[in-house]
Amino acid sequence: MKSVSSPPTAPAPPRRVGERLVDQPQVPLLGRIQRAMHAHPLLGPTAVLILACIFFTIAVGPRFIEPLNISLILQQVQIIGMVGIAQTLIILTGGIDLSVAAAMVFSTVIAGKLAAEAGTPPLLALLVALLTGAVCGSLNGALVTRFRVPPFIATLGTLSIFTALNLYVSGSQTIKANALPDLLLWPGQTFRVLGAPVTFGSILVLAAFIVVSYILRRTAWGEHIYAVGDNAEGARLSGIRTSRVLMSVYIVAGVICAIAGWLLIGRVGSVSPFSGEGVNLASITAVVIGGTSLFGGRGHVLGTLLGALIIGVFSNGLTLTGVDVLWQVFTTGVLVIVAVGLDQWTRKVAG
Amino acid sequence: MTTTSNPARTRQITPILSARNLVKRYGHVTALAGADLTLYPGEVLAVIGDNGAGKSSLIKCLSGAVVPDEGEIRVKGKPERFRTPLDARSAGIETVYQHLALAPARDIAANVFLGRELRKPGPLGWGLRMLDRKAMRQETAKILGDLGLLTIQNIGQAVETLSGGQRQGVAVARAAAFGSRVIIMDEPTAALGVKESAKVLNLIAEIRDRGIPVILISHDMPHVFEVADRIHIQRLGRRIACVQKTEITMNDAVSLMTGAQTPPEDHDPETIPERLVRQ
Ligand SMILES: Nc1ncnc2c1ncn2[C@@H]1O[C@H](COP(=O)(O)OP(=O)(O)O)[C@@H](O)[C@H]1O
Ligand SMILES: [Mg+2]
Repeated sequence: MKSVSSPPTAPAPPRRVGERLVDQPQVPLLGRIQRAMHAHPLLGPTAVLILACIFFTIAVGPRFIEPLNISLILQQVQIIGMVGIAQTLIILTGGIDLSVAAAMVFSTVIAGKLAAEAGTPPLLALLVALLTGAVCGSLNGALVTRFRVPPFIATLGTLSIFTALNLYVSGSQTIKANALPDLLLWPGQTFRVLGAPVTFGSILVLAAFIVVSYILRRTAWGEHIYAVGDNAEGARLSGIRTSRVLMSVYIVAGVICAIAGWLLIGRVGSVSPFSGEGVNLASITAVVIGGTSLFGGRGHVLGTLLGALIIGVFSNGLTLTGVDVLWQVFTTGVLVIVAVGLDQWTRKVAG
Repeated sequence: MTTTSNPARTRQITPILSARNLVKRYGHVTALAGADLTLYPGEVLAVIGDNGAGKSSLIKCLSGAVVPDEGEIRVKGKPERFRTPLDARSAGIETVYQHLALAPARDIAANVFLGRELRKPGPLGWGLRMLDRKAMRQETAKILGDLGLLTIQNIGQAVETLSGGQRQGVAVARAAAFGSRVIIMDEPTAALGVKESAKVLNLIAEIRDRGIPVILISHDMPHVFEVADRIHIQRLGRRIACVQKTEITMNDAVSLMTGAQTPPEDHDPETIPERLVRQ
């Protein structure tokens, strides 16, 4: 029998990166900031929001933080906020949804048609609108899970499909407020807080943020959403049914878009296939400014609320200071790039 | 190498886990070409083989991570079909994968309980589906403490902020905490230093002493010879031999593994571990 003379150990596989210990005694200030932002992802957007409010209060004067103006900002960001919730769920799984605004408008068109022209009871029309959102979401979900289409491509396709269906169903016609039942217009109704009018829509958005935040932080479903976005294969090997998680996320996101559609009817006071312009990209912007990583698995839905408020504060504040609207767009762009850069930087803590 | 046929060894013991004639192809590559495996109760079975011999593919079939194209898997003699990792988990088989299968951005407790989170008792749990994070953290601290595996101050720390050895510890602890029938470890010491490796080896012995058999895949011959009862040698997608540790030298094991040597004609890869014969 032949024996091998070299050491009886087979070549060891290469060492993995990330071997070094993170805990070094002396950490410079920048490193401490990096770590704090890694541990508390809401730190950055909160600071930006507070600084922006202080800046505009000085630049515009106290009327910037009067309840009336705050209420106005809330109304301006409610649609972006609600759609941003849906977008957050999807981005947390490592995906992206370009069809959110189209799905939102499609469900408003369905609700408007049913209630104004088919004589459907308002509540039923609203429920069918929510169902429409769910169907839109499940189409995206099926493309992503069953047919393994990358989310960007799948939702780019459904964006066109939903947009075309909007035009087809609505006949490119707008349905005016007087033809719509009160129930569909209800989110635009106001009640008074501290003398300022607050819409029910703004309250619905805040409630939705609280509910989704609870679900993401305190339930197993939320845990699985993060795990799938963080390491999909690892999640699968840990016994998580990843396809089921993804499918459910796309469906829930679709329903949330339909609720955003309801807010949209209340806000604009009509149903139009051409409404909701800019909401798609704004929702992604809010998520990113809010500190949620486009790579999935890290972030917080409350960050999206902050992100939406930051967008609202900048656009409102810059308008009040009389700055040309093009600088609002410019500022948003800078914020997005800074937010993504910060995300890349803080993720390096992982070593 | 000597493989005597000791009559005591032919006594019938039902393997706790066995695989027959597993075949797994990835396109043109045949990762498993009719592989067998037998794991007896209470033993540590080491699986050795060159890179690409099909070790990881073999254990992935046993853990439900991949579905073999052909072949049969039995748990305690009963045929099973694992379609998902969840199926194998429910059969009491826990696996530490070579690439750990952790969610790096989640904390230690969340990773230990990933896929089987604890809910709060009472209406908060069944009504609001609220997770019991406190219980999961306490339980995790206890598991890690019992295993003496880690000195981590903060159970709420993200796994990605841990060292390679600590991450391995989390993955091993997870398997050890839940594995009720079989624990499989794919190269658990490959990324570890000497001290950390020693801890994992101790842990394997401890798990075996609790009565749970372990399948250990390793490249490291001294480690294999330290803890294994039997050594399964995998080559080109097949088990070419499985021998008692006491009946083979490291050099012979390596030359079987590399193909420099072939096992004798009368080699019986199913002999019962000496540990069981003694009992
Ligand atoms: N997912 C996969 N896709 C394609 N080929 C694979 C895959 N997994 C393993 N293989 C191939 O199968 C063979 C066996 O691999 P593996 O089971 O990982 O071996 P080992 O763990 O013994 O190094 C190798 O040739 C490898 O390249
Ligand atoms: Mg391997």
